[in-house]
Amino acid sequence: MSIDKQDVQKIAHLARLALTEADADQYQQSLSSVLSLVEQMQSVNTDGVEPLSNPLEMTQRLREDIVTEENRRDAFLANAPQTEAGLFLVPKVID
Amino acid sequence: MNWEVVIGLEIHTQLSTKSKLFSGAAVGFGAEPNTQTTLVDLGMPGALPVFNKEALRMAVMFGHAINAEIGMTSVFARKNYFYPDLPKGYQTSQMDHPIVGKGYLDVMLEDGTTSRVGITRAHLEEDAGKSLHEDFQGMTGIDLNRSSTPLLEIVSEPDIRSAKEAVAYVKMIHSIVTYLGICDGNMAEGSMRCDINLSLRPKGQKEYGTRTEIKNVNSFRFIEKAIYTEIERQADILEDGGRIIQETRLYDPEKNETRSMRSKEDANDYRYFPCPDLLPIVLTQEYVDGIKATLPELPSQKAARFQSEHMLSEYDANVLSSSRAMADYFETANTVVSDAKLTANWVMGELSKLLNQDQLDIENSPVSAQAFGELLVRIKDDTINGKTAKDVFQAMWDGEGSADKIIEAKGLKQVTDTGAIETMIQTILDANAAQVEQYRAADEDKQKKMIGFFVGQVMKASQGKANPGLVNPILVKMLKG
Repeated sequence: MSIDKQDVQKIAHLARLALTEADADQYQQSLSSVLSLVEQMQSVNTDGVEPLSNPLEMTQRLREDIVTEENRRDAFLANAPQTEAGLFLVPKVID
Repeated sequence: MNWEVVIGLEIHTQLSTKSKLFSGAAVGFGAEPNTQTTLVDLGMPGALPVFNKEALRMAVMFGHAINAEIGMTSVFARKNYFYPDLPKGYQTSQMDHPIVGKGYLDVMLEDGTTSRVGITRAHLEEDAGKSLHEDFQGMTGIDLNRSSTPLLEIVSEPDIRSAKEAVAYVKMIHSIVTYLGICDGNMAEGSMRCDINLSLRPKGQKEYGTRTEIKNVNSFRFIEKAIYTEIERQADILEDGGRIIQETRLYDPEKNETRSMRSKEDANDYRYFPCPDLLPIVLTQEYVDGIKATLPELPSQKAARFQSEHMLSEYDANVLSSSRAMADYFETANTVVSDAKLTANWVMGELSKLLNQDQLDIENSPVSAQAFGELLVRIKDDTINGKTAKDVFQAMWDGEGSADKIIEAKGLKQVTDTGAIETMIQTILDANAAQVEQYRAADEDKQKKMIGFFVGQVMKASQGKANPGLVNPILVKMLKG
């Protein structure tokens, strides 16, 4: 199984990655070879096998519902390139 | 063409936990921007989520309340999309193994009939932050306080066939989650938001038509109006031979119209996969049964009990049980007066009227249920009549004290001494000799009409304090002469 360049561009767009033509060619090849491997694995009979959601044979630990964190806004905002009135600023988003 | 409307609803309810779904930050409406965030909520690399025990308990509780299968093993999944108020680039949600599986609700409609709405699933997920589009140096402001707030998304089957049924269903979910205490139900603050999936098909056709999804409708009234306007829009297109585009739409309450937000074809590619940062949640039967044992009496059970125990009509029982606070108020007041019909009438009448007038919730009523019951006792034992009681109630509302104190201070006690009433009537008959003559000369039908004049005079003379139940028979007897 292989994917075409359009698929590569679509995946890149969904991940918000900008690809050059050369990048796209390379990814088309390497992703196609990954898919060949997947195809090979698909020949295994998996009837009645539940998909594995996690390889660790453990279950989720739970946290008590207690507020443990305090306000550290100033420290967090210090990481951002632009802020105003306690907000992170990002390029204008229009719905 | 005769169209049938097909509706399925997705209701997002914000769970009333103290801390977030995956972090120890506080949850709360109206805090200063970005003061309730942690590294986890900001999506900082390496920050790992830890799941809130209380959110799990609340979800299981809801599952029991809608007769659902509980997911004994449930899994968190990543829903991938880019938006600045979701800094991780994915929303942690559930896909294949939700915490609550198939269930149902029996919804009571206005005409008294019941219809069953299937619930496909209810899953846990985190909320995103908020984008503020006011002009910040030409940029968008991001507040991540809401990020990772726990939500339970309740997905119905496409079983709903009218706007009224949709509203009845949402009201029922609202009353269940507030009864359970798992959501504050405050729709204005976004604690409950509704997405409406709607399509039309010719009556009798089996296949569904193409649907649109109206996002984030946040009041009962808007849900109803959004549905009406979307039905009309789709019917117009179909009748002109057009086709419906599957897309997300937004309801604008000011213009009362829906408009296109984005086409779903591209946006739909969420690439779900199990979240590697969170392990499967495995429940024991003991845990699930333990939660079932803590379920409070639900609205429908309470309504049934009000009918059998208090002999209320179905309508009264449903109104009074629709909110837990109102049901509790009714029951507390009724314990004092032991007259369910009287209490029901006053809770649904005068009390609701004044609450509406002052735009208060029953929880914030200035008159407590106990004090309210004491007022009703004075109606029941004939100390005051219903009309005077309204004035006393208004005075209690205005903070003038208890019913007894106000009755005493204003001298409102009903005159029930028959001797005193007879004296009062005699004075009035003497002063209105001409009317008495006319009355005596008239036939029985006419007399019945004329007696109102005398009753009015007596009530006026007594300043409304004469007991009308006593006045009438005495008056008739004395008028006969």
